[in-house]
Amino acid sequence: MSHSQRRLPQDPQIRALVQAMGQRSFSRRSVLGAAGALSLSGLLAACGTGGSKSEASKPAVNDISAEDQSLNWANWTLYLDYDDKKKTYPTLDAFTKKTGIKVNYAEDIDGNDSYYGKVQGQLKSGQDIGQDIVTLTDWMAGRLIRQGYTQELNRDNIPNAANLLPSLQNVDFDPGRKHSLTWQTGYAGIAWNKKAFPKGLKSVEDLWDPALKGRVTVLDEMRDTMGLLMLQNGVDVAGQWGESEFSAATEVLRKNIDNGQIRQVKGNSYKQDFISGDAIAGIVWSGDMVQMNFENDDQWEFVIPEAGGTLWSDNLLVPVASPRKTNAEKLMDFYYDPAVAAQVAAYVNYICPVTGAKEEMEKIDPELTENPLIFPTDADLAKAHVFRSLDADEEATLASAFQDAIGA
Amino acid sequence: MSLDLRSKAELRAEKRKNRTGVYLVSPGLLVLALFFALPVVILLAMSLYVKPPGAEVGEFVPGFEISNYGTVLTAYWPELLRSFFFALIATVLALLIGFPMAYLVAVRLREKTLLQGILLVLLIAPFFSSFILRTQAWKQILADEGFVAQALKFIAILPADGHLTATPIAVVAGLTYNFLPFMVLPIYANLGRLDTRLLEASGDLYASPIVAFTKVTLPMSAPGVFAGTLLTFIPAAGDYVNSALLGNNRDTTMIGQVIDSRFFKIIDYPGAAALSFVLMISILILVTIYIRRFGTEELM
Repeated sequence: MSHSQRRLPQDPQIRALVQAMGQRSFSRRSVLGAAGALSLSGLLAACGTGGSKSEASKPAVNDISAEDQSLNWANWTLYLDYDDKKKTYPTLDAFTKKTGIKVNYAEDIDGNDSYYGKVQGQLKSGQDIGQDIVTLTDWMAGRLIRQGYTQELNRDNIPNAANLLPSLQNVDFDPGRKHSLTWQTGYAGIAWNKKAFPKGLKSVEDLWDPALKGRVTVLDEMRDTMGLLMLQNGVDVAGQWGESEFSAATEVLRKNIDNGQIRQVKGNSYKQDFISGDAIAGIVWSGDMVQMNFENDDQWEFVIPEAGGTLWSDNLLVPVASPRKTNAEKLMDFYYDPAVAAQVAAYVNYICPVTGAKEEMEKIDPELTENPLIFPTDADLAKAHVFRSLDADEEATLASAFQDAIGA
Repeated sequence: MSLDLRSKAELRAEKRKNRTGVYLVSPGLLVLALFFALPVVILLAMSLYVKPPGAEVGEFVPGFEISNYGTVLTAYWPELLRSFFFALIATVLALLIGFPMAYLVAVRLREKTLLQGILLVLLIAPFFSSFILRTQAWKQILADEGFVAQALKFIAILPADGHLTATPIAVVAGLTYNFLPFMVLPIYANLGRLDTRLLEASGDLYASPIVAFTKVTLPMSAPGVFAGTLLTFIPAAGDYVNSALLGNNRDTTMIGQVIDSRFFKIIDYPGAAALSFVLMISILILVTIYIRRFGTEELM
């Protein structure tokens, strides 16, 4: 950015250093002092003491969107329409054509936890993490918002946000959707290989069938696996349950790991186990099953358990200190256009959070409008529950209890 | 003490030479200080941090909480022991497999340069592909529906509901396979210098091949074996990829997995730091004992 050379750097620590040097009567001592402070605070940031509510450094960020027609977006893999032949993202190209903003799209996020571990030190000290949009799941989005690591969105720049599904307009981690907008949504439910287990599954309890011994995988995403187990126990995961309900479910999990019923607790890689046949049944994410069935001759069936499944969403957020918030808002607005949303949904196969996309899908692929995993039925939605937000203490104790149960 | 008979000029030259040496190593020392010593100090400090009451996720303040060590040790000593146990078996297996390989390439094929080159490349070739991919490939090969598992079930070595992956055996096998080159290469480098005339001489002195091996080849290759075992054992003990991919959640968890989950999932930075430090110190102690007991002049 040669044209912005004269501006002070956005990074609060470097800014302090430059300011100290720029003072007319600067002495060597003041510069060295600032440099010392820089390295010391860098050292402390490296120690990574993480999120405090009392933000020491809410940086005054200059929005350079007007001069800098670019945008950095961190997303998960296989989460945006992709043209295999041209090696491009068609909707991103359309966005650049429409607005002139060039998007650096990075498939940088392979887990909420690992991504948080990577960027929290910089977010904490108010530094630009090099991304203007990050895509994170509800609970992690909630943590970032709670810790003051996100910027408030200007809804005037996002008129299309009115298209957000009514059920997602208000969420407990971000009342009024001031900091976040839904990217995609999906269920966690149960699935099985139709050939290897023709009997099929109806409830989480059915996973403990002796015929499935050692061939069951469950997700290492605490809220999904525990959510399903708790629902099976008759707990409303969206309501005010406590630690005893949670530990009753961890006991079920522990028992079935210890007796070898559950082969492994896995993240995204559970898909390979389904494809290789090591796993015949398990707790899975809905969109994965749509994609896997598409690529592997419709081998599996997915249902939301009778007692209920979980509904999760990934959300678009603008991290603190990102200097291109307006560009980010333009991108959000673009993807909330029903026609664009339908184009994305036709590729990623998760629940599309945009009203009107179903009508647009008729033009792209009418068959997909019938797929309840992309355009959910009311009956399914009634069975899907959102795991309630946890406070900081609960996050620590419950995560610890869960990790303990899965032996890690 | 012997008398120093050198002249003053000679002493000055000597001093200057020493100083040049110091200048030459200083960049290396600086790098070590910056990228090893300092991080270790930070790690140690971090392991003593305290969580203030009502803290946000991941918020810790500097403190002197020695009990962090007690907490993680009481909770995770089985995983720590298991890591060393798995690493030990993997090291022994790698030695048993790796020594003959190195011997073949370095001694037996010494005259056949082309074949020797090809085999050497084959030994190093696994390094050219990703560690994760190679481990993942084993998962496919040993899958329940795969050829190996099915064949073993057919001849009833494996029970009908048994499997090869998601077991401790799979984890140890993965460790052995992945760290085998670290064992073979130092031994190869060492055996490459083995003077075969000594073997002929021992034959002339009526030593059987076995005696020649145990009395000549093995002692002479000790530095290579020594380096190989260390290079295998140390990374294997801290490894978590093999246990995460090939293990289960019951009896294969290694300490690296625990550190990973405490750092990323539970966001318990002091606990993760304490465990890392314990791992480091235990390896240091084990290696020191090993060096004292078996170390050779060359390595001291």
